[in-house]
Amino acid sequence: MDYKPIKKVISGNYAAAYAAKHARVEVVAAYPITPQTSIIEKISEFIANGEVENLQYVPVESEHSAMAACIGASATGARAFTATSAQGLALMHEMLHWASGARLPIVMVDVNRAMAPPWSVWDDQTDSLAQRDTGWMQFYAENNQEVYDGVLMAFKVAETVNLPAMIVESAFILSHTYDVVEMIPQELVDEFLPPRKPLYTLTDFDNPIAVGALGTPADYYEFRYKIEKAMEEAREVIHKVGREFGEKFGRDYSQMIELYRTEDAEFVFMGLGSLMGTVKQAVDVLRSEGYKVGAAKVRWFRPFPKEELYELAKHVEGIAVLDRNFSFGQEGILFNEAKGALYNTDAKPIMKNYIVGLGGRDFTVSDVRKIAENMKKIIESRKLDREIEWYHLKR
Amino acid sequence: MIEIRFHGRGGQGAVTAANILASAAFLEGKYVQAFPFFGVERRGAPVTAFTRIDEKPIRIKTQIYEPDVVVVLDPSLLDTVDVTAGLKDGGTVIINTEKSKEEVLEKLKKKPAKLALVDATTIALEVLGLPITNTAILGAVAKATGVVTLEHVQKAIQDVFSGALGEKNAKAAAEAFEKTETYEL
Repeated sequence: MDYKPIKKVISGNYAAAYAAKHARVEVVAAYPITPQTSIIEKISEFIANGEVENLQYVPVESEHSAMAACIGASATGARAFTATSAQGLALMHEMLHWASGARLPIVMVDVNRAMAPPWSVWDDQTDSLAQRDTGWMQFYAENNQEVYDGVLMAFKVAETVNLPAMIVESAFILSHTYDVVEMIPQELVDEFLPPRKPLYTLTDFDNPIAVGALGTPADYYEFRYKIEKAMEEAREVIHKVGREFGEKFGRDYSQMIELYRTEDAEFVFMGLGSLMGTVKQAVDVLRSEGYKVGAAKVRWFRPFPKEELYELAKHVEGIAVLDRNFSFGQEGILFNEAKGALYNTDAKPIMKNYIVGLGGRDFTVSDVRKIAENMKKIIESRKLDREIEWYHLKR
Repeated sequence: MIEIRFHGRGGQGAVTAANILASAAFLEGKYVQAFPFFGVERRGAPVTAFTRIDEKPIRIKTQIYEPDVVVVLDPSLLDTVDVTAGLKDGGTVIINTEKSKEEVLEKLKKKPAKLALVDATTIALEVLGLPITNTAILGAVAKATGVVTLEHVQKAIQDVFSGALGEKNAKAAAEAFEKTETYEL
Protein backbone atom coordinates (compact mmCIF):
# COMPACT_ATOMS: atom_id res chain seq x y z
CA MET A 1 0.00 0.00 0.00
CA ASP A 2 2.80 2.36 -0.85
CA TYR A 3 0.94 5.00 -2.80
CA LYS A 4 -0.14 8.58 -2.50
CA PRO A 5 -3.91 8.92 -2.30
CA ILE A 6 -5.72 11.91 -3.79
CA LYS A 7 -7.40 13.48 -0.77
CA LYS A 8 -10.45 15.61 -1.36
CA VAL A 9 -13.26 17.05 0.73
CA ILE A 10 -16.33 15.84 -1.15
CA SER A 11 -19.93 14.74 -0.61
CA GLY A 12 -21.06 11.12 -0.64
CA ASN A 13 -22.66 11.75 -4.00
CA TYR A 14 -19.43 13.09 -5.48
CA ALA A 15 -17.54 10.15 -3.96
CA ALA A 16 -19.91 7.87 -5.90
CA ALA A 17 -19.41 9.84 -9.11
CA TYR A 18 -15.62 9.82 -8.80
CA ALA A 19 -15.67 6.09 -8.13
CA ALA A 20 -17.74 5.49 -11.27
CA LYS A 21 -15.24 7.60 -13.20
CA HIS A 22 -12.25 5.76 -11.76
CA ALA A 23 -13.98 2.42 -12.49
CA ARG A 24 -14.04 3.60 -16.14
CA VAL A 25 -17.75 2.92 -16.53
CA GLU A 26 -18.77 2.87 -20.16
CA VAL A 27 -22.51 3.46 -19.94
CA VAL A 28 -24.50 5.53 -17.46
CA ALA A 29 -28.26 5.68 -17.92
CA ALA A 30 -30.39 7.93 -15.75
CA TYR A 31 -33.53 9.97 -15.54
CA PRO A 32 -32.28 13.42 -14.59
CA ILE A 33 -35.08 14.70 -12.33
CA THR A 34 -36.08 14.30 -8.67
CA PRO A 35 -35.39 11.88 -7.01
CA GLN A 36 -32.18 11.73 -9.04
CA THR A 37 -29.12 12.99 -7.24
CA SER A 38 -25.96 14.99 -7.81
CA ILE A 39 -24.18 11.70 -8.59
CA ILE A 40 -25.49 11.80 -12.14
CA GLU A 41 -25.06 15.59 -12.31
CA LYS A 42 -21.36 15.20 -11.48
CA ILE A 43 -20.93 12.42 -14.03
CA SER A 44 -22.48 14.57 -16.76
CA GLU A 45 -20.06 17.32 -15.72
CA PHE A 46 -17.14 14.89 -16.21
CA ILE A 47 -18.45 14.18 -19.70
CA ALA A 48 -19.06 17.87 -20.53
CA ASN A 49 -15.53 18.76 -19.37
CA GLY A 50 -14.00 15.97 -21.43
CA GLU A 51 -12.61 14.36 -18.25
CA VAL A 52 -13.76 10.88 -19.27
CA GLU A 53 -13.28 8.95 -22.46
CA ASN A 54 -15.52 6.30 -23.80
CA LEU A 55 -18.44 7.00 -21.48
CA GLN A 56 -21.89 7.07 -22.99
CA TYR A 57 -24.56 8.88 -20.96
CA VAL A 58 -28.09 7.82 -21.88
CA PRO A 59 -30.79 10.18 -20.67
CA VAL A 60 -34.02 8.23 -20.39
CA GLU A 61 -37.63 8.96 -19.46
CA SER A 62 -37.89 7.00 -16.21
CA GLU A 63 -35.91 4.93 -13.72
CA HIS A 64 -37.50 1.82 -15.16
CA SER A 65 -35.96 2.76 -18.51
CA ALA A 66 -32.68 3.70 -16.85
CA MET A 67 -32.26 0.17 -15.58
CA ALA A 68 -33.49 -1.23 -18.90
CA ALA A 69 -30.77 0.75 -20.70
CA CYS A 70 -28.14 -0.48 -18.23
CA ILE A 71 -29.29 -4.04 -18.86
CA GLY A 72 -28.96 -3.60 -22.61
CA ALA A 73 -25.53 -2.03 -22.24
CA SER A 74 -24.31 -4.65 -19.80
CA ALA A 75 -25.53 -7.43 -22.09
CA THR A 76 -23.24 -6.10 -24.82
CA GLY A 77 -20.31 -6.41 -22.41
CA ALA A 78 -20.12 -2.77 -21.26
CA ARG A 79 -19.50 -1.71 -17.68
CA ALA A 80 -22.79 -0.06 -16.75
CA PHE A 81 -23.64 2.23 -13.82
CA THR A 82 -26.60 4.20 -12.58
CA ALA A 83 -27.89 5.86 -9.43
CA THR A 84 -31.28 6.44 -7.94
CA SER A 85 -33.23 6.88 -4.76
CA ALA A 86 -36.52 5.97 -3.03
CA GLN A 87 -39.48 6.14 -5.46
CA GLY A 88 -37.04 5.93 -8.36
CA LEU A 89 -35.68 2.63 -7.06
CA ALA A 90 -39.22 1.36 -6.50
CA LEU A 91 -40.06 2.16 -10.12
CA MET A 92 -37.01 0.14 -11.20
CA HIS A 93 -38.16 -2.90 -9.28
CA GLU A 94 -39.22 -5.02 -12.25
CA MET A 95 -35.97 -4.33 -14.09
CA LEU A 96 -33.88 -5.26 -11.03
CA HIS A 97 -35.09 -8.83 -11.46
CA TRP A 98 -34.19 -8.71 -15.15
CA ALA A 99 -30.65 -7.59 -14.33
CA SER A 100 -29.96 -10.39 -11.85
CA GLY A 101 -31.87 -13.00 -13.86
CA ALA A 102 -29.75 -12.20 -16.91
CA ARG A 103 -26.68 -12.31 -14.63
CA LEU A 104 -25.50 -8.81 -15.52
CA PRO A 105 -22.91 -7.16 -13.24
CA ILE A 106 -24.46 -3.69 -13.19
CA VAL A 107 -23.50 -1.46 -10.27
CA MET A 108 -25.93 1.10 -8.91
CA VAL A 109 -25.74 3.58 -6.07
CA ASP A 110 -28.96 4.03 -4.15
CA VAL A 111 -29.32 7.07 -1.93
CA ASN A 112 -31.44 5.78 0.95
CA ARG A 113 -34.48 8.04 1.12
CA ALA A 114 -37.80 7.46 2.81
CA MET A 115 -40.65 6.18 0.69
CA ALA A 116 -43.65 8.47 0.16
CA PRO A 117 -46.33 9.22 1.23
CA PRO A 118 -45.92 11.49 3.02
CA TRP A 119 -43.21 13.00 0.82
CA SER A 120 -39.79 12.86 2.38
CA VAL A 121 -36.28 13.39 1.11
CA TRP A 122 -34.62 12.10 4.28
CA ASP A 123 -32.69 9.00 5.24
CA ASP A 124 -34.50 5.67 5.60
CA GLN A 125 -33.39 2.19 4.51
CA THR A 126 -36.74 0.78 3.51
CA ASP A 127 -36.35 1.68 -0.18
CA SER A 128 -33.28 -0.52 -0.68
CA LEU A 129 -34.25 -3.27 1.75
CA ALA A 130 -37.57 -3.63 -0.06
CA GLN A 131 -35.42 -4.82 -3.02
CA ARG A 132 -34.02 -7.64 -0.88
CA ASP A 133 -35.38 -10.45 -3.03
CA THR A 134 -34.37 -9.12 -6.43
CA GLY A 135 -31.05 -11.00 -6.58
CA TRP A 136 -28.91 -7.89 -6.14
CA MET A 137 -26.00 -7.76 -3.74
CA GLN A 138 -26.25 -4.88 -1.28
CA PHE A 139 -23.42 -2.98 0.45
CA TYR A 140 -24.19 -0.28 3.04
CA ALA A 141 -21.66 2.54 3.39
CA GLU A 142 -20.90 4.14 6.74
CA ASN A 143 -19.18 7.20 5.30
CA ASN A 144 -18.17 8.84 2.03
CA GLN A 145 -14.93 6.86 1.89
CA GLU A 146 -16.92 3.64 1.93
CA VAL A 147 -19.16 4.92 -0.86
CA TYR A 148 -16.06 5.41 -3.02
CA ASP A 149 -14.37 2.16 -2.00
CA GLY A 150 -17.68 0.27 -2.19
CA VAL A 151 -18.33 1.16 -5.82
CA LEU A 152 -14.85 0.01 -6.89
CA MET A 153 -15.10 -3.28 -4.99
CA ALA A 154 -18.69 -3.85 -6.13
CA PHE A 155 -17.67 -3.88 -9.80
CA LYS A 156 -14.97 -6.42 -9.09
CA VAL A 157 -17.25 -8.69 -7.07
CA ALA A 158 -20.17 -8.29 -9.46
CA GLU A 159 -18.07 -9.07 -12.53
CA THR A 160 -16.62 -12.14 -10.84
CA VAL A 161 -19.93 -13.74 -9.86
CA ASN A 162 -22.10 -12.20 -12.60
CA LEU A 163 -24.63 -10.58 -10.34
CA PRO A 164 -25.57 -6.90 -10.01
CA ALA A 165 -24.65 -4.91 -6.90
CA MET A 166 -26.15 -1.95 -5.11
CA ILE A 167 -24.06 0.44 -3.02
CA VAL A 168 -26.27 2.18 -0.52
CA GLU A 169 -25.60 5.58 1.08
CA SER A 170 -27.69 7.68 3.45
CA ALA A 171 -29.62 10.68 2.18
CA PHE A 172 -28.09 13.96 3.39
CA ILE A 173 -26.05 12.26 6.14
CA LEU A 174 -23.67 11.06 3.43
CA SER A 175 -25.10 12.26 0.13
CA HIS A 176 -24.90 15.98 1.01
CA THR A 177 -22.24 15.87 3.71
CA TYR A 178 -18.69 16.85 2.80
CA ASP A 179 -15.85 14.97 4.40
CA VAL A 180 -12.37 13.78 3.59
CA VAL A 181 -12.17 11.04 0.97
CA GLU A 182 -8.91 9.42 -0.09
CA MET A 183 -9.19 8.56 -3.75
CA ILE A 184 -6.92 6.13 -5.51
CA PRO A 185 -4.72 7.15 -8.45
CA GLN A 186 -6.26 5.97 -11.74
CA GLU A 187 -3.45 3.60 -12.70
CA LEU A 188 -3.81 1.75 -9.40
CA VAL A 189 -7.58 1.51 -9.80
CA ASP A 190 -6.94 0.12 -13.29
CA GLU A 191 -4.68 -2.53 -11.79
CA PHE A 192 -7.24 -3.46 -9.16
CA LEU A 193 -10.18 -3.31 -11.56
CA PRO A 194 -9.13 -4.23 -15.10
CA PRO A 195 -11.59 -3.97 -18.00
CA ARG A 196 -14.59 -6.26 -17.77
CA LYS A 197 -14.26 -9.68 -19.41
CA PRO A 198 -17.82 -10.85 -20.01
CA LEU A 199 -18.52 -14.54 -20.51
CA TYR A 200 -21.10 -13.83 -23.18
CA THR A 201 -22.12 -10.72 -25.04
CA LEU A 202 -24.94 -9.82 -27.37
CA THR A 203 -22.40 -8.42 -29.80
CA ASP A 204 -20.29 -11.57 -30.12
CA PHE A 205 -21.90 -12.61 -33.41
CA ASP A 206 -19.83 -15.78 -33.74
CA ASN A 207 -21.35 -17.05 -30.51
CA PRO A 208 -24.95 -15.85 -30.57
CA ILE A 209 -26.92 -15.98 -27.33
CA ALA A 210 -30.55 -15.57 -26.36
CA VAL A 211 -31.53 -13.12 -23.63
CA GLY A 212 -34.97 -13.05 -22.08
CA ALA A 213 -35.95 -16.48 -23.35
CA LEU A 214 -38.80 -18.56 -21.94
CA GLY A 215 -37.92 -20.69 -18.91
CA THR A 216 -40.31 -23.59 -18.75
CA PRO A 217 -40.95 -25.47 -15.50
CA ALA A 218 -38.30 -27.91 -16.72
CA ASP A 219 -35.54 -25.26 -16.59
CA TYR A 220 -36.61 -22.22 -14.53
CA TYR A 221 -35.90 -23.89 -11.19
CA GLU A 222 -32.21 -24.48 -11.99
CA PHE A 223 -31.78 -20.89 -13.11
CA ARG A 224 -32.90 -19.78 -9.65
CA TYR A 225 -30.54 -22.24 -7.99
CA LYS A 226 -27.64 -20.89 -10.02
CA ILE A 227 -28.36 -17.36 -8.82
CA GLU A 228 -28.23 -18.63 -5.26
CA LYS A 229 -24.95 -20.46 -5.96
CA ALA A 230 -23.55 -17.20 -7.30
CA MET A 231 -24.65 -15.42 -4.11
CA GLU A 232 -22.89 -18.06 -2.04
CA GLU A 233 -19.77 -17.71 -4.16
CA ALA A 234 -20.05 -13.95 -3.67
CA ARG A 235 -19.38 -14.35 0.06
CA GLU A 236 -15.96 -15.84 -0.73
CA VAL A 237 -15.27 -13.30 -3.44
CA ILE A 238 -16.19 -10.45 -1.09
CA HIS A 239 -13.71 -11.71 1.53
CA LYS A 240 -11.02 -12.02 -1.13
CA VAL A 241 -11.64 -8.72 -2.88
CA GLY A 242 -12.02 -6.94 0.49
CA ARG A 243 -8.66 -8.34 1.60
CA GLU A 244 -6.97 -7.40 -1.66
CA PHE A 245 -8.38 -3.88 -1.35
CA GLY A 246 -6.90 -3.67 2.15
CA GLU A 247 -3.49 -4.91 1.04
CA LYS A 248 -3.37 -2.53 -1.92
CA PHE A 249 -4.97 0.58 -0.45
CA GLY A 250 -4.83 0.22 3.33
CA ARG A 251 -8.54 -0.14 4.08
CA ASP A 252 -9.50 -3.74 4.72
CA TYR A 253 -13.00 -4.89 3.81
CA SER A 254 -12.48 -8.63 4.12
CA GLN A 255 -15.19 -8.90 6.78
CA MET A 256 -18.81 -8.62 5.76
CA ILE A 257 -19.59 -7.50 9.31
CA GLU A 258 -17.20 -4.92 10.68
CA LEU A 259 -16.70 -5.49 14.40
CA TYR A 260 -15.82 -2.58 16.68
CA ARG A 261 -14.69 -3.24 20.27
CA THR A 262 -16.69 -6.45 20.48
CA GLU A 263 -13.93 -8.70 21.94
CA ASP A 264 -15.16 -8.73 25.53
CA ALA A 265 -18.53 -7.06 24.89
CA GLU A 266 -21.56 -8.06 26.93
CA PHE A 267 -23.84 -6.80 24.20
CA VAL A 268 -23.45 -5.14 20.82
CA PHE A 269 -25.34 -2.69 18.66
CA MET A 270 -25.93 -3.97 15.17
CA GLY A 271 -27.02 -1.94 12.19
CA LEU A 272 -26.42 -0.81 8.62
CA GLY A 273 -24.76 2.23 7.11
CA SER A 274 -24.13 5.73 8.36
CA LEU A 275 -25.83 5.39 11.73
CA MET A 276 -23.06 3.01 12.76
CA GLY A 277 -20.54 5.89 12.70
CA THR A 278 -22.48 7.57 15.46
CA VAL A 279 -22.80 4.21 17.24
CA LYS A 280 -19.01 3.69 17.21
CA GLN A 281 -18.55 7.14 18.70
CA ALA A 282 -21.13 6.22 21.37
CA VAL A 283 -19.37 2.90 22.07
CA ASP A 284 -16.21 4.82 22.99
CA VAL A 285 -18.22 7.06 25.33
CA LEU A 286 -20.06 4.09 26.89
CA ARG A 287 -16.84 2.11 27.32
CA SER A 288 -15.34 5.05 29.24
CA GLU A 289 -18.40 4.90 31.50
CA GLY A 290 -17.89 1.20 32.20
CA TYR A 291 -20.30 -0.38 29.72
CA LYS A 292 -18.95 -3.48 28.01
CA VAL A 293 -20.39 -2.77 24.58
CA GLY A 294 -19.35 -2.99 20.97
CA ALA A 295 -20.68 -2.33 17.50
CA ALA A 296 -21.32 -4.71 14.61
CA LYS A 297 -21.76 -2.92 11.32
CA VAL A 298 -23.33 -5.12 8.68
CA ARG A 299 -21.55 -4.05 5.51
CA TRP A 300 -23.09 -6.55 3.13
CA PHE A 301 -26.79 -7.26 3.58
CA ARG A 302 -26.92 -9.47 0.48
CA PRO A 303 -25.43 -11.99 0.48
CA PHE A 304 -26.28 -12.06 4.17
CA PRO A 305 -23.22 -12.69 6.39
CA LYS A 306 -24.79 -15.43 8.47
CA GLU A 307 -21.57 -17.21 9.43
CA GLU A 308 -19.95 -14.03 10.70
CA LEU A 309 -23.13 -13.22 12.58
CA TYR A 310 -23.06 -16.65 14.22
CA GLU A 311 -19.42 -16.20 15.30
CA LEU A 312 -20.35 -12.89 16.91
CA ALA A 313 -23.60 -14.12 18.46
CA LYS A 314 -21.84 -17.04 20.18
CA HIS A 315 -19.81 -14.60 22.26
CA VAL A 316 -22.31 -11.95 23.33
CA GLU A 317 -25.26 -11.99 25.68
CA GLY A 318 -27.35 -9.52 23.75
CA ILE A 319 -27.73 -7.82 20.39
CA ALA A 320 -29.55 -4.52 20.00
CA VAL A 321 -30.54 -4.40 16.34
CA LEU A 322 -31.00 -0.83 15.11
CA ASP A 323 -33.28 -0.68 12.10
CA ARG A 324 -33.79 2.52 10.14
CA ASN A 325 -36.49 0.68 8.21
CA PHE A 326 -39.55 -1.39 8.86
CA SER A 327 -41.46 -4.27 7.33
CA PHE A 328 -45.09 -3.55 8.15
CA GLY A 329 -46.86 -6.37 9.86
CA GLN A 330 -43.64 -7.80 11.29
CA GLU A 331 -40.49 -5.98 12.44
CA GLY A 332 -37.32 -4.24 11.39
CA ILE A 333 -35.79 -5.96 8.36
CA LEU A 334 -32.25 -6.47 9.66
CA PHE A 335 -33.68 -7.77 12.95
CA ASN A 336 -35.85 -10.22 11.05
CA GLU A 337 -32.88 -11.46 9.04
CA ALA A 338 -30.47 -11.71 11.97
CA LYS A 339 -32.95 -13.51 14.21
CA GLY A 340 -33.79 -15.94 11.43
CA ALA A 341 -30.16 -16.62 10.63
CA LEU A 342 -29.47 -17.69 14.23
CA TYR A 343 -32.58 -19.80 14.77
CA ASN A 344 -31.06 -23.16 13.88
CA THR A 345 -27.80 -22.51 15.69
CA ASP A 346 -26.67 -22.87 19.29
CA ALA A 347 -26.11 -19.11 19.59
CA LYS A 348 -29.01 -17.62 21.51
CA PRO A 349 -28.27 -14.03 22.52
CA ILE A 350 -31.16 -11.89 23.70
CA MET A 351 -32.16 -9.81 20.69
CA LYS A 352 -34.14 -6.62 20.72
CA ASN A 353 -35.20 -4.47 17.81
CA TYR A 354 -35.04 -0.69 18.06
CA ILE A 355 -36.74 1.18 15.25
CA VAL A 356 -34.73 4.38 14.85
CA GLY A 357 -34.31 7.34 12.58
CA LEU A 358 -37.11 6.62 10.10
CA GLY A 359 -37.51 9.41 7.56
CA GLY A 360 -34.36 11.16 8.76
CA ARG A 361 -35.19 11.49 12.48
CA ASP A 362 -31.77 12.32 13.94
CA PHE A 363 -30.17 9.47 15.87
CA THR A 364 -27.58 10.71 18.36
CA VAL A 365 -24.98 9.48 20.82
CA SER A 366 -27.41 10.14 23.69
CA ASP A 367 -29.98 7.94 21.95
CA VAL A 368 -27.42 5.13 21.85
CA ARG A 369 -26.80 5.64 25.55
CA LYS A 370 -30.53 5.31 26.35
CA ILE A 371 -30.65 2.10 24.36
CA ALA A 372 -27.58 0.82 26.21
CA GLU A 373 -29.28 1.50 29.57
CA ASN A 374 -32.34 -0.42 28.39
CA MET A 375 -30.26 -3.34 27.07
CA LYS A 376 -28.27 -3.54 30.29
CA LYS A 377 -31.49 -3.93 32.30
CA ILE A 378 -32.75 -6.59 29.91
CA ILE A 379 -29.54 -8.60 30.15
CA GLU A 380 -29.33 -8.33 33.94
CA SER A 381 -32.94 -9.45 34.40
CA ARG A 382 -32.78 -11.95 31.51
CA LYS A 383 -36.18 -10.58 30.55
CA LEU A 384 -37.08 -8.82 27.30
CA ASP A 385 -39.41 -5.90 28.08
CA ARG A 386 -40.65 -5.93 24.51
CA GLU A 387 -39.23 -7.35 21.32
CA ILE A 388 -39.71 -4.30 19.11
CA GLU A 389 -39.41 -0.77 20.34
CA TRP A 390 -40.38 2.29 18.31
CA TYR A 391 -37.63 4.20 20.02
CA HIS A 392 -38.38 7.85 19.11
CA LEU A 393 -42.17 7.65 19.28
CA LYS A 394 -43.83 10.81 20.62
CA ARG A 395 -46.06 9.72 23.45
CA MET B 1 -13.45 18.53 18.03
CA ILE B 2 -14.70 22.00 17.16
CA GLU B 3 -18.31 22.27 16.06
CA ILE B 4 -19.46 25.35 14.13
CA ARG B 5 -23.01 26.28 13.20
CA PHE B 6 -23.83 28.78 10.45
CA HIS B 7 -27.11 30.71 10.27
CA GLY B 8 -28.06 32.37 7.01
CA ARG B 9 -30.94 32.73 4.61
CA GLY B 10 -31.46 30.60 1.52
CA GLY B 11 -29.36 32.06 -1.30
CA GLN B 12 -26.75 33.72 0.93
CA GLY B 13 -24.36 30.81 0.73
CA ALA B 14 -24.31 29.51 4.32
CA VAL B 15 -23.91 25.96 3.05
CA THR B 16 -21.02 27.00 0.81
CA ALA B 17 -19.44 28.86 3.74
CA ALA B 18 -19.58 25.67 5.84
CA ASN B 19 -17.97 23.71 3.00
CA ILE B 20 -15.23 26.30 2.38
CA LEU B 21 -14.39 26.45 6.08
CA ALA B 22 -14.09 22.65 6.10
CA SER B 23 -11.80 22.78 3.05
CA ALA B 24 -9.65 25.46 4.69
CA ALA B 25 -9.23 23.31 7.81
CA PHE B 26 -8.51 20.30 5.59
CA LEU B 27 -5.67 22.30 4.01
CA GLU B 28 -4.22 22.58 7.52
CA GLY B 29 -4.20 18.80 7.79
CA LYS B 30 -7.37 18.47 9.86
CA TYR B 31 -10.25 16.03 9.47
CA VAL B 32 -13.44 17.82 8.58
CA GLN B 33 -17.12 17.37 7.97
CA ALA B 34 -19.56 19.94 6.54
CA PHE B 35 -23.25 19.60 5.89
CA PRO B 36 -26.45 21.55 5.56
CA PHE B 37 -29.33 21.26 8.00
CA PHE B 38 -31.14 18.31 6.50
CA GLY B 39 -34.10 20.34 5.32
CA VAL B 40 -35.89 21.71 2.30
CA GLU B 41 -34.31 24.96 1.23
CA ARG B 42 -36.04 28.03 -0.15
CA ARG B 43 -34.54 31.38 -1.07
CA GLY B 44 -34.83 33.80 1.82
CA ALA B 45 -35.87 31.26 4.43
CA PRO B 46 -33.61 30.68 7.45
CA VAL B 47 -30.91 28.13 6.64
CA THR B 48 -28.52 26.31 8.95
CA ALA B 49 -25.26 24.62 8.01
CA PHE B 50 -22.58 22.92 10.06
CA THR B 51 -18.83 22.29 10.09
CA ARG B 52 -16.92 19.89 12.32
CA ILE B 53 -13.12 20.05 12.59
CA ASP B 54 -10.99 17.51 14.44
CA GLU B 55 -7.50 16.07 14.67
CA LYS B 56 -8.83 12.57 13.98
CA PRO B 57 -11.39 11.10 11.59
CA ILE B 58 -14.94 12.21 12.41
CA ARG B 59 -17.37 9.33 12.79
CA ILE B 60 -20.36 11.05 14.32
CA LYS B 61 -23.19 11.56 11.82
CA THR B 62 -25.67 13.70 13.72
CA GLN B 63 -26.57 17.35 13.52
CA ILE B 64 -24.80 19.79 15.85
CA TYR B 65 -26.81 20.69 18.93
CA GLU B 66 -24.11 22.24 21.13
CA PRO B 67 -21.82 24.31 18.91
CA ASP B 68 -18.54 25.85 20.01
CA VAL B 69 -18.92 28.60 17.43
CA VAL B 70 -22.00 30.22 15.88
CA VAL B 71 -21.74 32.29 12.69
CA VAL B 72 -24.61 34.55 11.65
CA LEU B 73 -24.59 35.72 8.03
CA ASP B 74 -27.77 37.76 8.15
CA PRO B 75 -28.35 40.29 10.96
CA SER B 76 -32.15 40.11 10.61
CA LEU B 77 -32.03 36.49 11.85
CA LEU B 78 -31.25 37.77 15.35
CA ASP B 79 -34.90 38.86 15.60
CA THR B 80 -36.40 35.52 14.53
CA VAL B 81 -33.95 32.72 15.33
CA ASP B 82 -32.39 31.81 18.69
CA VAL B 83 -28.90 31.70 17.23
CA THR B 84 -27.23 30.92 20.57
CA ALA B 85 -29.42 27.84 21.22
CA GLY B 86 -27.19 25.14 22.71
CA LEU B 87 -24.04 27.31 22.48
CA LYS B 88 -21.35 25.81 24.71
CA ASP B 89 -20.11 27.76 27.72
CA GLY B 90 -16.99 29.52 26.53
CA GLY B 91 -18.40 29.62 23.01
CA THR B 92 -17.88 32.22 20.30
CA VAL B 93 -20.51 34.09 18.27
CA ILE B 94 -19.59 35.84 15.00
CA ILE B 95 -22.16 38.15 13.46
CA ASN B 96 -22.43 40.11 10.24
CA THR B 97 -23.90 43.36 11.48
CA GLU B 98 -23.44 47.12 11.41
CA LYS B 99 -24.79 47.36 14.95
CA SER B 100 -22.80 47.88 18.15
CA LYS B 101 -21.76 45.22 20.64
CA GLU B 102 -24.42 46.46 23.12
CA GLU B 103 -27.21 46.38 20.55
CA VAL B 104 -26.29 42.86 19.46
CA LEU B 105 -25.93 41.49 23.00
CA GLU B 106 -29.47 42.66 23.75
CA LYS B 107 -30.73 40.31 21.07
CA LEU B 108 -28.75 37.23 22.10
CA LYS B 109 -30.46 34.86 24.54
CA LYS B 110 -27.13 33.55 25.81
CA LYS B 111 -24.07 35.73 26.32
CA PRO B 112 -21.10 34.16 24.55
CA ALA B 113 -17.58 34.21 25.97
CA LYS B 114 -16.38 35.87 22.81
CA LEU B 115 -18.25 38.07 20.36
CA ALA B 116 -16.98 39.08 16.93
CA LEU B 117 -18.72 41.67 14.79
CA VAL B 118 -18.10 42.68 11.20
CA ASP B 119 -20.13 44.58 8.64
CA ALA B 120 -19.72 41.90 6.00
CA THR B 121 -22.63 43.18 3.91
CA THR B 122 -20.89 46.50 3.25
CA ILE B 123 -17.63 44.68 2.46
CA ALA B 124 -19.42 42.31 0.08
CA LEU B 125 -21.19 45.20 -1.67
CA GLU B 126 -17.93 47.11 -2.07
CA VAL B 127 -15.75 44.21 -3.17
CA LEU B 128 -18.16 41.89 -4.97
CA GLY B 129 -20.97 44.29 -5.83
CA LEU B 130 -23.41 41.79 -4.31
CA PRO B 131 -24.74 41.42 -0.77
CA ILE B 132 -23.46 37.81 -0.55
CA THR B 133 -21.52 37.60 2.66
CA ASN B 134 -20.47 33.97 2.89
CA THR B 135 -16.85 34.48 1.84
CA ALA B 136 -16.35 37.72 3.77
CA ILE B 137 -17.66 36.20 6.98
CA LEU B 138 -15.04 33.46 6.75
CA GLY B 139 -12.38 36.14 7.18
CA ALA B 140 -14.10 37.00 10.46
CA VAL B 141 -14.17 33.31 11.44
CA ALA B 142 -10.40 33.06 10.87
CA LYS B 143 -9.79 36.20 12.94
CA ALA B 144 -12.14 35.37 15.83
CA THR B 145 -11.45 31.66 16.24
CA GLY B 146 -7.97 31.00 14.87
CA VAL B 147 -9.13 27.51 13.84
CA VAL B 148 -8.00 28.34 10.31
CA THR B 149 -5.63 30.89 8.90
CA LEU B 150 -6.75 33.63 6.53
CA GLU B 151 -4.38 32.20 3.90
CA HIS B 152 -6.09 28.83 3.99
CA VAL B 153 -9.53 30.45 3.88
CA GLN B 154 -8.44 32.37 0.79
CA LYS B 155 -7.00 29.26 -0.84
CA ALA B 156 -10.19 27.29 -0.12
CA ILE B 157 -12.29 30.13 -1.54
CA GLN B 158 -10.21 30.16 -4.72
CA ASP B 159 -10.60 26.40 -5.05
CA VAL B 160 -14.37 26.93 -5.25
CA PHE B 161 -14.49 30.19 -7.22
CA SER B 162 -11.94 30.36 -10.01
CA GLY B 163 -10.30 33.35 -11.67
CA ALA B 164 -11.33 36.95 -10.97
CA LEU B 165 -14.36 35.84 -8.96
CA GLY B 166 -12.13 33.83 -6.66
CA GLU B 167 -9.73 36.75 -6.23
CA LYS B 168 -12.55 39.11 -5.34
CA ASN B 169 -14.00 36.71 -2.80
CA ALA B 170 -10.59 36.12 -1.28
CA LYS B 171 -10.21 39.90 -1.01
CA ALA B 172 -13.59 40.16 0.74
CA ALA B 173 -12.38 37.61 3.30
CA ALA B 174 -9.16 39.58 3.86
CA GLU B 175 -11.03 42.85 4.36
CA ALA B 176 -13.38 41.21 6.83
CA PHE B 177 -10.38 39.75 8.64
CA GLU B 178 -8.98 43.29 9.03
CA LYS B 179 -12.26 44.89 10.06
CA THR B 180 -13.57 42.29 12.51
CA GLU B 181 -13.87 43.58 16.06
CA THR B 182 -13.63 40.94 18.76
CA TYR B 183 -14.76 41.27 22.35
CA GLU B 184 -13.95 38.96 25.27
CA LEU B 185 -17.04 38.98 27.49
